[in-house]
Amino acid sequence: MDLVLVNLIDGLVTGLLLFMLSSGLTLIFSMMGVLNFAHASFYMLGAYFAYQISKSVGFWPGLLIAPLIVGVLGALVERYGLRRVHKYGHVPELIFTFGLALLIEEIVQFFWGRAQVPFLAPEALNFALFSISGNSIPAYKVFMIFISMAIFIGLLLVLTKSRVGLIIQAALSHPQTVETLGHNVPLIFMGVFGVGTALAGVAGVIAGPVLGTFPGMAIVLGSIVFVTIVVGGLGSLWGALVASLLIGWLTTFAASYNVGMMDVLTGLGFTPPEDLSESLFRDIWSLTLPQVGPILPYLLMVMVLVFRPYGLFGKRDV
Amino acid sequence: MTSLDQTRARPAAGGLSLAVLAPWLMAALFLAIMPFVFTDNSAITIMNQMAITIIFALAYNMLLGQGGMLSFGHAVYMGLGGFMCVHIMNWMEDGLITMPLPLLPLFGGFFGLGFAMLIGSFSTRKAGTVFAMISLGVGELIAACSVIVVVFFGGEEGVSGDRTYGIPVFGFEFLHQIEVYYLTAFWLMLSAALMYLFSRTPVGRMANAVRDNPERAEFLGYSQRWVRYYSFCASGFFAGIAGGLFAINYEILTEENLNLATSGMILLVTFLGGVGFFFGPIIGAIVFTLLATVLKLHTELWQLYVGAIFVATVMFFPGGLAGLLAMHVAPWRLGKMGVLVKPYLTTLLPGVIGGLGLAGATEMLFHAREAATGDEAMGLFFMEVSSHSPVAWAAVLAVTAAGFWLARRGAPGLKAAWDEANTAPGGRR
Repeated sequence: MDLVLVNLIDGLVTGLLLFMLSSGLTLIFSMMGVLNFAHASFYMLGAYFAYQISKSVGFWPGLLIAPLIVGVLGALVERYGLRRVHKYGHVPELIFTFGLALLIEEIVQFFWGRAQVPFLAPEALNFALFSISGNSIPAYKVFMIFISMAIFIGLLLVLTKSRVGLIIQAALSHPQTVETLGHNVPLIFMGVFGVGTALAGVAGVIAGPVLGTFPGMAIVLGSIVFVTIVVGGLGSLWGALVASLLIGWLTTFAASYNVGMMDVLTGLGFTPPEDLSESLFRDIWSLTLPQVGPILPYLLMVMVLVFRPYGLFGKRDV
Repeated sequence: MTSLDQTRARPAAGGLSLAVLAPWLMAALFLAIMPFVFTDNSAITIMNQMAITIIFALAYNMLLGQGGMLSFGHAVYMGLGGFMCVHIMNWMEDGLITMPLPLLPLFGGFFGLGFAMLIGSFSTRKAGTVFAMISLGVGELIAACSVIVVVFFGGEEGVSGDRTYGIPVFGFEFLHQIEVYYLTAFWLMLSAALMYLFSRTPVGRMANAVRDNPERAEFLGYSQRWVRYYSFCASGFFAGIAGGLFAINYEILTEENLNLATSGMILLVTFLGGVGFFFGPIIGAIVFTLLATVLKLHTELWQLYVGAIFVATVMFFPGGLAGLLAMHVAPWRLGKMGVLVKPYLTTLLPGVIGGLGLAGATEMLFHAREAATGDEAMGLFFMEVSSHSPVAWAAVLAVTAAGFWLARRGAPGLKAAWDEANTAPGGRR
C-alpha cells in the first residue's frame, strides 16, 4: 500500500510533466491544425537554456528567463518559418516542424556536446520533504507538482475567463469570423504558438534536473507526447490532462511491479517448456512488466485508435 | 483536335513506344556499366547503398507523393522485411530451405506486405496529420518491441546471417560485392518499373485523386480509405523488397533499421528529391547518399548541414530537386535558357559562396570550442587556417557577408529574368 502511494506521486509528476507539453501541443494543434513535431525540441531548449543560465546566476532566474527565450524563439519560428510553409498545406507544415526538430537537436549538440550536461536541482529544494515508510519524497518533486498544477489552473482561467482567452476560443473554431470582427488572427496564432512553446520550455526547465539534460531528451519524450494527445483526443485540453495522467501512472506502475509472464502463464494453467532457451516462445515466457512498461503508451494508442479513433475526449473530426 | 492528333501520333501497341522505353533502357545500361567506371570496392558499396535507398524512397513516395500520406514509421516495413530475410538466410544455412538467393527479396516484400496489410487496416482510415501520428506510434512500438522479442529481432545486437548458402545462380555464389551489385541493380530496375506501372494503373491514379480531393473521389464512388489502403500495402511490399536487399548487402539487421531515425532519413531523402514527380526520390537518393558520404568524410557536423538543407528545402523549394528541374522545362521549351545564365551566375553563385562561408564559420567555431587547447590549426576548404586567428575569422565572415549581400542584390534581377524566360515570344506566359 505504501508503495502504491509512492508510485501515485511519481506517476503524478510524470503525468503533469507530460501535460505541460501536451497542453501546448494540443492548443497549437486545435488552433492552427499544425502538429508541432518540434514541440519536444523546445522542451529540450528550455532545459539547456536554463542550464546555461544556472551556471552564471542560479536556478531561479533560469526558471523565469529560459521559458521566455524559448517562447520568443517559438513565436519567431511561427512568424518566419511556419507561416511561410502554411500556404503549401498541413503535410509540408508537419515536414517543416520535423526538419526543425532534427535541426534543433543538431544545434544543441553543436553548442553543448553529445554528453549529458550537469544540470542540477537547486540546493534549496535538495532535501527529502517527507517519507512514506522509508521511501523519501524529495521536495523538488512536490515543487514540480505545484508548478504544473499552477500552470494548468492559470491556463484554464486565462482561456475561460479572460477576454484574450475568449478570442482564442473563438479563433479555434471560426478563425475567419474572428478576423472579420477586427481581431488580428495571425498575431493570435503567433502568440499561442509562443505561449505553447514557452510552456514546453517551463517543462524542460523543471524536468531537466530529474530526467537528465541530454540531446536525446526531445526524442525520448516527444513521441510519448504525441501518443498522449492522440489518446486524449486531438484538440481537447481535458483529454490531454486525463491521458497525461493515465500514461504517467501506467508507465510508473509498470516499472515498479515486477510481474513476470512466467507467473501469469503458470497461474493460468500452462506449463513452461522443458528447455526455455530453445523454445520459440521463450520471449513470451521471460516477459516481465517493467520490460513492457515503455511500450504500454504505444499499445494504448493503438487500442484507442482501433476502438475509439477520436481519442478519449476528442469530439471533432480532423 | 490536338488530342486527336496526339492519339494518332502514338503507335497502337498500348502506348509502348521507344520514347517511353528510352529512359528505362538508358537507366538499365547505366546500371550495367557503372561498375566498370567505378571499379573500387568502396564505390560499389556506395552504389549498392544508393540502389537500396532508391527503392525505399520510391516506395515511400508512393505514400507521400502519390497518396498524400506522410509516414514517420516507414522504416518498419523495410526493417521487418529485412529481418525476415536474414532469418531465411539462416534457415538456408541450416539446410531447412533451399532456394537461389536472388529470390530472397521477394520474401522480404511479402513480409512487408503482410505487416502493411495488418497495420494499414486501421492507420489508413485518415490521411494527413492523423495518419502521420499513427505511423509514428506504430513505428515506435515496433522499434521498442525489437528489444523485447529477442527470437525475431535478436535484441540489442540484432540478427546476422550469411548470404552465400543459396543455390548458385549461373555459378555465382554472391561472395563478391560486384555480384551483389548486379543482384541489387536487377531488383532496382524491376521494382522501379513495377512502381512506375503501379502509378499508371487506375488504383495509382485514384491515389492521386484521393490525395488532392478525397471528397470528390468519394462522390465518384471510390472509397478514399480503400484507395489509401491499396497504396499503403503496395508501398509496404516494395519497402520489404528494399529490406531484403539490405539484408543481402549487409548481412545484419538491428534495431537501427526500424527506428525513427531511419524513417526520418527516408522522408528527408524523398522530400529533397521532390515528391511531385516519380523520378524525384531517385534524384534524392543519389544526391543524399553522395552528399552524406562526402560530408561524412570531411566534417563531424554533417548532420547539421543536412538538417539545415532540409529545412531550407521545405521553406523555399517545396518541390525538391525534381521540382527545381521541372521549373526549367518551360524556359527550355521556349529556348530562353540563355536569359537565365547571367542572373544565375551573379545571384546563385554568391549565394552558394555565402552559404559555404557560413559553413566555414560554423566549422571554425566548432573547432575553436572542441579541439584540444593549443591545437589551433584546422583544414578548411583545402586550406590550413587557425581557428583562433582574428584574420581568418574576419576573412570567413567577410566572404559570408559579401556572398549574401551580392545574392540579395541580384535577387530582383533574377526574378525579372525568370519572368522573361517564362514568357513566350508573343507575350503569353
